[in-house]
Amino acid sequence: MSFESKENIENKSGVRTEEMVLNMGPQHPSTHGVLRLEITLEGELITKITPHIGYLHRCFEKHAEAMTYPQVIPYTDRMDYLASMYNEIGYVIGVEKLLKIEVPERVEYIRVIMGELQRIASHLVALGTYGVDIGAFTPFLYCFRDREKILHLFEITCGARLLYNYIWIGGLSHDLHPDFVRLTREFIKDFKPNIKELNNLLSYNKIFIDRTANVGILPVDTAINYGVTGPNLRASGINWDLRKDDPYSVYHKFDYEIPVGEGKAGTVGDSWDRYYVRVCEMEESLKIIEQALDTLPDGDIASAIPKRIKPPAGMIYSRVENPRGELGYFIISDGTINPFRVKVRAPSFVSLQIMDELCRGHLVADVITILGSIDIVLGEIDRE
Amino acid sequence: MKKPEEIFQILKKKFDKTELIFKTDIPVEPFIIVPALEIDKVCKFLYEDSELEFDSLVNLSGVDDFNGEKAKDDSGKETMKGGTISVYYHLESIKLKHKILIKVSTDRDKPEVASVVEIWRSADWHEREAYDMFGIKFINHPDLNRILMPYDWDAGYPLRKDYENPEFYQGMKVPY
Amino acid sequence: MIYDVINNLTGSPVLSAVIVAMLPLFLFILPFALVAVYLERKVSAHMQDRLGPMRVGYHGVLQTIADIIKLIQKEDIIAKDNDKLLFNIAPVLVFVGSYAAFAAIPFTSIFIGAQIDLGIFLIIAVTGLVVAGILMAGWASNNKYSLLGAMRAVAQIISYEIPTILVVLSLVMMTGSMNLYTLSEMQTGYFWNWNLFGGNYDILQKLLLIPFMLIGFIIIYISTLAEVNRTPFDIPEAESELVSGFHTEYSGMKFAMFFLAEYANMFAVSAIVAALFLGGYQSPFGYLGNLIGAEWLVPIEQFLWFTIKGVGLVLVQMWLRWTLPRLRVDQLMTVSWKYLIPISFVNLIIIGLITIL
Repeated sequence: MSFESKENIENKSGVRTEEMVLNMGPQHPSTHGVLRLEITLEGELITKITPHIGYLHRCFEKHAEAMTYPQVIPYTDRMDYLASMYNEIGYVIGVEKLLKIEVPERVEYIRVIMGELQRIASHLVALGTYGVDIGAFTPFLYCFRDREKILHLFEITCGARLLYNYIWIGGLSHDLHPDFVRLTREFIKDFKPNIKELNNLLSYNKIFIDRTANVGILPVDTAINYGVTGPNLRASGINWDLRKDDPYSVYHKFDYEIPVGEGKAGTVGDSWDRYYVRVCEMEESLKIIEQALDTLPDGDIASAIPKRIKPPAGMIYSRVENPRGELGYFIISDGTINPFRVKVRAPSFVSLQIMDELCRGHLVADVITILGSIDIVLGEIDRE
Repeated sequence: MKKPEEIFQILKKKFDKTELIFKTDIPVEPFIIVPALEIDKVCKFLYEDSELEFDSLVNLSGVDDFNGEKAKDDSGKETMKGGTISVYYHLESIKLKHKILIKVSTDRDKPEVASVVEIWRSADWHEREAYDMFGIKFINHPDLNRILMPYDWDAGYPLRKDYENPEFYQGMKVPY
Repeated sequence: MIYDVINNLTGSPVLSAVIVAMLPLFLFILPFALVAVYLERKVSAHMQDRLGPMRVGYHGVLQTIADIIKLIQKEDIIAKDNDKLLFNIAPVLVFVGSYAAFAAIPFTSIFIGAQIDLGIFLIIAVTGLVVAGILMAGWASNNKYSLLGAMRAVAQIISYEIPTILVVLSLVMMTGSMNLYTLSEMQTGYFWNWNLFGGNYDILQKLLLIPFMLIGFIIIYISTLAEVNRTPFDIPEAESELVSGFHTEYSGMKFAMFFLAEYANMFAVSAIVAALFLGGYQSPFGYLGNLIGAEWLVPIEQFLWFTIKGVGLVLVQMWLRWTLPRLRVDQLMTVSWKYLIPISFVNLIIIGLITIL
């Protein structure tokens, strides 16, 4: 007792406490990739979290400066590998604006259909793995069973299940398969009762609500200041969706709603809201796909693909609504066939910064809950 | 909803002593050029003014302009002397629904830009990445470390145009 | 009866008592644990819209044997800084704590492993050894995560023993005996005489007791779920949070012992609940043996009924595991201390009052 140093006895009640640093290392079943979280704990309460990233850095931006414009497209796939169609759409829209080409209507409609199918697939992964993190193993398999049907649709169109190289500058690589429309309509019919089943199993489950409601509350002003977009921002109560507020492609022709978090199970902006906004978005995507299939025009998809892609010197920032938020491409061209600079604004990169602020004062088990609700993909964060 | 010209006029009225240039001839959209060390004051005004209210920093990217003179240094490698490195800020207002692009240019040999971390917290990691990839020092940034490269990478700044991979890093051979 | 047979065989009462007590262990529980592993994988697979093991043997029946062979031939890893003695003893303690409880469980009317008057008391005391084993395992692993997992497990098991004991007490008060054999014998007749429906008393007392017996049944089922660390209470082995908790560092045969001990424990608590509330080995409809006059058939039928009830409860436990998410540590404690204990306490008092009057 006599050799305890003065610095240790700081606590008012005279009890000697110290902070423990716990490392949720790059290899962990729940960190959705290679992410290292350095957690400073006092007992079981968290005082500080520092995320360390860079384990999956594959130098996309440097590669893009050495490739020609069409050759960059497979590289953009590999950044957010769970929502590859959107990566391609974002890049291609930017280059098309620089080149000032107009794509045929059929191409736009097919891009919208593929994009919305991809959104459903990505949300299914997010919700399934979130269930596994909380401890419910069965919804994960139900989600993946439905995702298999979507991946089959992608496979008959372009031959690949995960990384497509389908959306080209000025058009698409292949037209739709003759069975595509029929199979998609069957999928829509099968999927609607499955959303209800998922809700009964997970969303309205009392234990799930106890684990996620009032955990990691993100106020609106903090969210906007940190640059958070996508379902995380909408769960905090504000209605901001790039498909409606800064429309691209033909989204203005469809009739759909934007789900906004209302705090039905707790406070507005908690983890349950972020989860539930994603479930509702899947339903809205089904509406968009149905309308697009009903009004799909005919046409030739390869008519606008230019032979040489050499945009004039200039710069453009094009952005799309990724399932995770706002994906932006800042493309600078200097008149040659290689881009001068391609900078990617990845939504997960920006969203991961709020981990520190959200997790203070919670328990260690809540770190997993909050991390799962933000829905990050490490490929995007480390910018491949 | 304000157009970029109107935003430029409001800025020029408030900051009549600093040198602001409005460039419209480069496709696709016009942008405002601001001196490197004044950017935090300009951004603070953009954030707080009630007509503009830019409450969100969408993107912050560093660009190596590569517009200096090519020179050969002692070992025969081609490097660049002089020239500029730019930083582009994409700002947006969610409330009033307008956006603006701001460019900042600084010396390539000793790049220094004022940091906007106190205004928008999202600039934190973006500025760290710009430092990591280009070597731009952001003044008043709370924690300017490398973010994507390893913390002790001392072989240069990867996204500069004249960057070359080192032979060895901590005893491991780097070229594939 | 079997005791007499073996006594005649060996001539020593002590040796035959030991053999009789160990018979259920080797003849029933060890094979059951092996079957339960396979059963869990098949049940979970069919609930999740997939097939489960299909290749080893017909529809994967030999999967468990393949697993055991694999685990036996694995390298036994002991890290440098582990406390060797505790590390080696921990799985043995957990194993013993789960399996020794079977000595006092009544399988059929002519055979019980050890006919003790303090049956329930013995079972609850012996399963307490598991706590010590888990704590030893977590400490000796020299791993921050394992220690956290072990401490949580200990807190959980201790907090949930209290509602269990309170409900058991209420039952003991009602029936007046701690011997599980006597308890089962008292529930003869049709299923109307089971303790869940009030026991073997006159109709007024039965009707009064039924709601409280139901509450007691639910409480003890939940508490015993927590004692065996099954979801929704499986914080100690939460895979996605602490990577397997207190048995992270174990490999090979020691890991197999933890594993088998868990399944045996599941059956043990199901057996206890069945013996207490669902009539033990009594059949709900009368005996086929009695009907056709073959008296020797009756114990075999009782054994069958006991197994059916036990396995049925185990299947419900598996069903719950694959459906519900996991509770957080503080919520787990809240459920026990703020909800289960007051309710079971009040239950105890009311049942006592009804019994006296």
